[in-house]
Amino acid sequence: MIQDRVIGLSGTALDQLMPMHLWVGPSGLINRVGPTLSRIAARDLRGQPLFDVIDLHRPRSARTLEALLSLQGARLTLCLRCRPDLQFRGIVVGLPAGVGGLIQLSLGLSFAKAVDDCGLTLKDFSPCDQTVDLLYLREANAAIARESRKLTERLQRARQAAEQQALTDTLTGLANRRAMDAALLALTEVPVPRFGLMHLDLDFFKEVNDSLGHAAGDHVLTHVADILRSEIRGGDIVARVGGDEFVLLFRDCDDPDLLEAIGARLISRLEEPTIFDGQPCRISASAGSVLASRYDHPTPDRMLNDADVALYASKNRGRAQHTLYSEDLLAPLRPN
Amino acid sequence: MHGLVNRALQGFLIDTYGEVTWDEVLSQAGLPAGGFESMLHYEDRLTGEVIVAASAVLHKDRCTLLEDLGTYLLSHPNQEGLRRLMRFGGDSFFDFLQSLDDLSGRARLALPDLDMPDLTIQHDSHNRFVLSVRWGLPGAGSVFLGALRAMADDYGALAFFEAEEGEDGEERVVIDLVDQSFASGRSFTLGGRVA
Repeated sequence: MIQDRVIGLSGTALDQLMPMHLWVGPSGLINRVGPTLSRIAARDLRGQPLFDVIDLHRPRSARTLEALLSLQGARLTLCLRCRPDLQFRGIVVGLPAGVGGLIQLSLGLSFAKAVDDCGLTLKDFSPCDQTVDLLYLREANAAIARESRKLTERLQRARQAAEQQALTDTLTGLANRRAMDAALLALTEVPVPRFGLMHLDLDFFKEVNDSLGHAAGDHVLTHVADILRSEIRGGDIVARVGGDEFVLLFRDCDDPDLLEAIGARLISRLEEPTIFDGQPCRISASAGSVLASRYDHPTPDRMLNDADVALYASKNRGRAQHTLYSEDLLAPLRPN
Repeated sequence: MHGLVNRALQGFLIDTYGEVTWDEVLSQAGLPAGGFESMLHYEDRLTGEVIVAASAVLHKDRCTLLEDLGTYLLSHPNQEGLRRLMRFGGDSFFDFLQSLDDLSGRARLALPDLDMPDLTIQHDSHNRFVLSVRWGLPGAGSVFLGALRAMADDYGALAFFEAEEGEDGEERVVIDLVDQSFASGRSFTLGGRVA
């Protein structure tokens, strides 16, 4: 039977074929240790009892050479007692004519730690051993992960920057405060500014939010945005500048009556209840307006401030109305 | 083309010639300011345009530029990771040369979509090797010429290199390995560098 014919190997050949072998003699003492395993152990293991050198983790049962040899061909998990932190995989075979057993080990998943800690080199691995490929892959993957992380960080920063520069209110799609500020500044910087500014604040919005929830609140805001959009002309701007606050800019507008009419129409449309989840949501709005033509040199701050005064006059008179700014509104605030 | 390839080109031009030169190259190539992302893909044409623009801006012919790129990739401190990966190829420059057959396979193991050239290494005579390179863009032979020069230094080997035109767009590098242990070379340990 050719397949069972015994072959003789020199020690050197054994070392080259299996640089992590342990050859145990019939007495249970270690005869020979592969060079890579010697390097990992960092001490001479020859002549020592096998079970003083290795700690068999699985299967736990084998405590004698005979018991170990009965596990021929099975997958072993073990470590060297001098390196309990490195878990090896192994396989044992019996040697012919009762000369003991041969254990072949591999680094298994401890490969990276073993290589790091024991200063192993390319020469310590048989060309058939894929440990070096694993090391290569591990290092390449770490480099790729680093690159991906960098890309993600750059994209994250870019996203934040874009959000900061964004000109649109994400919920309603209206212009946001930044866009309104820029448009208002541009309108005041022309030689003869002629435009109207309306500051509009929803009434009873908090009640809708509190009683029907945030989803209903969001629904109302979207609905309000649709109405405001439908009531302005092409070049006009409507911006959501706060939770339930809006600013409208009307170009080429120099007519107080027109602003009054728009304000009244907006409020009456906003008062038509909208249905959310079968529930009517009822709100109204207060507004205050100002015309650029009433100033010698209109500035955004001044106009926003005066529109605010007009808005609070509307609120003070019982909400749900529109007020055009005039100096008289300041009178009650003055002493005397 | 994989972003890593473009990014390598970008790293080479910035680390060697500075950001100003890189911006000039981008504008000559008609590309937006900034540069490439290593984990994205780009049209092949862009890589070619950057090479042409860099060659014009630096007044260097294409072959010299690409040779310098190859040397940079394996010797500049910013590319230490790549040098290390190459050193996995073998314990000596001789072994390393033999391992070039595996290089593309290994790289694809880590990045399956990386545009690696087709490489074949032939051991002609006692100390003469011929590396055949085939790639989408012309000039890969020059990159390998520069890269192999850097690797010979890294191993401390003395070798002579020569570029040759092959057939059907194949490019060749002829390597005469004179002395494997001419100098001490740079150190390399298998373990160590994984962030």
